[in-house]
Amino acid sequence: MRPNDTSTVQLGRIARARSGDKGTGANVGVFVPSDDLYALVREQLTADRVADFFRPLGVAGVTRYELPNLRALNFVLKGVLGRITRVDAQGKALGQAILEVPIELPARLLPSNDPRGS
Amino acid sequence: MTRPARIGNAQGFWGDRGDAAAELLAREPGLDALTLDYLAEVSLSILALQRDRDPALGYARDVVEVVRSLAPYWRDGGACRLITNAGGLNPEGCARACAEELRQAGAPPMTVGVVDGDDVLATVRDLAGLGEAADPLRNLDTGEPIATVLDRLVTANAYLGAAPIVEALNRGAQIVITGRVADPSLTVAPVVRHFGWDLNDLDRVAGATVAGHLIECGTQVTGGIATDWLDIPDPAHIGFPIVEVDADGSCVVTKPPGTGGRVDARTVTEQLLYEIGDPDNYLSPDATVSFLGLSVEDLGSDRVRVRGAQGRPAPPSYKVSATYRDGYRAQGMLTIYGRHAAAKASRCGEIVLWRVREAGYPLREVTVERLGAGDAVPGVPSSVDRDALMEVVLRVAVADPSREAVERFSKELMPLITSGPQGITGYSEGRPRVHPVFRYWPSLVDCDRVRPRVTLVEATADATE
Repeated sequence: MRPNDTSTVQLGRIARARSGDKGTGANVGVFVPSDDLYALVREQLTADRVADFFRPLGVAGVTRYELPNLRALNFVLKGVLGRITRVDAQGKALGQAILEVPIELPARLLPSNDPRGS
Repeated sequence: MTRPARIGNAQGFWGDRGDAAAELLAREPGLDALTLDYLAEVSLSILALQRDRDPALGYARDVVEVVRSLAPYWRDGGACRLITNAGGLNPEGCARACAEELRQAGAPPMTVGVVDGDDVLATVRDLAGLGEAADPLRNLDTGEPIATVLDRLVTANAYLGAAPIVEALNRGAQIVITGRVADPSLTVAPVVRHFGWDLNDLDRVAGATVAGHLIECGTQVTGGIATDWLDIPDPAHIGFPIVEVDADGSCVVTKPPGTGGRVDARTVTEQLLYEIGDPDNYLSPDATVSFLGLSVEDLGSDRVRVRGAQGRPAPPSYKVSATYRDGYRAQGMLTIYGRHAAAKASRCGEIVLWRVREAGYPLREVTVERLGAGDAVPGVPSSVDRDALMEVVLRVAVADPSREAVERFSKELMPLITSGPQGITGYSEGRPRVHPVFRYWPSLVDCDRVRPRVTLVEATADATE
């Protein structure tokens, strides 16, 4: 495989995340360890893409905030926590869920280990 | 140069480890202050129920035991101050209970500060009918007017800031018991007092606010809920966090040597992002903070430097956390083992809900989840092959304005133990319990309508109160 050939990997191969509630919305933060990877997720992990991914939860809109200083993106998912009967009523699981989003990654940027744990 | 203010947290939420405070002070007796956070968004509604039964209650009673566990530390000359929002709806009652506990435990004479005035339920009720004046009380999430829930309101409390806590500390309080205050303000106050900062010194106050944000959820910054949690060392003995705030407002996040867990740039960055909303406008009653200039530097040995917070004036209104009654809920779980477990679980859930509806209860909200099959985040793509699963946990949860409807659901779940699929098991908890539902109503109230108040309760060996 040449260094710029891409493969599809889960976001979790390159990023870390954390989620919680923000009223009836959820807050999902994502960050990566290098500038190259930050450029990549900034391009691919758009608000629309995240809204599509979480559509089955009843997302009423997604706002994306950029924190280039931390190589981070912070997403506010409106309306996803309106149902009080769900087991994850506080959105604690959404960080692990967003790490399943498929990302196109050049081979040269693929890290050797998975940050989700060995 | 003045030494840093060292602030610990030993309670990230009500239900966190009760012996953490004594353990932290045993390892770090020189801490300037220890913060304990007991109040989540709807905690106060639970305290309102307690207070209805007994007017002397309405606070997080667990804190009394924590205070007792610290009596030997103070008796031996320890000087760490304790700052907690455990007062809930009755900070003064909480302070008196703590003072009595200290007296019985033979602690030296101590002053307990009480911060209240956050209860704005009467103000909210007064304002609700006043047209434009009621506008800030609209639900910040949904825009609905307060009139929608006025007759069901249970609590309404403003998130106070650091100022009244600073006042209590300045008046000699060794323990400060508050009602609702913004979580980071529990940390901001002892830092402001340590350095003698002006509360208008916004960049420094913003730095202390970030420090407070980082430790307010306890072990979440020392390896708890980390993305790579499986790699966190000695999680059984995970250390609670400490921030060392410097005179310039920057801080070092750390934990006591010898404890489990990990503090590095990754755990700290995860917690920085936790529930922040707009990172350029993190709202607190002490400052509006921008996270966009923050840097995170790993110093090694579980020490991480965070600097670069920028502060602007706080909004002219307090955020109000109101709660209102919204009917009842119940949830029950059964384990289903065997081939086609997920399909069997789905059918079981449908049977229960059919039977409740056939009995004449339409139910406002129902959820059937097959836990183990990916339903904790339903519909989102995952790699689980549902058809191949040999076991799932069926969880059925309902909510409805009518208690009778929810009780009917509770009676319809367990008959599946004999009428459901072979391999259905795990019913030792019995029928689901019916609970009242309290929902959160976030809104605003002008600062000039709120009067934070500081009083002192003396805990002395002779006190009889």
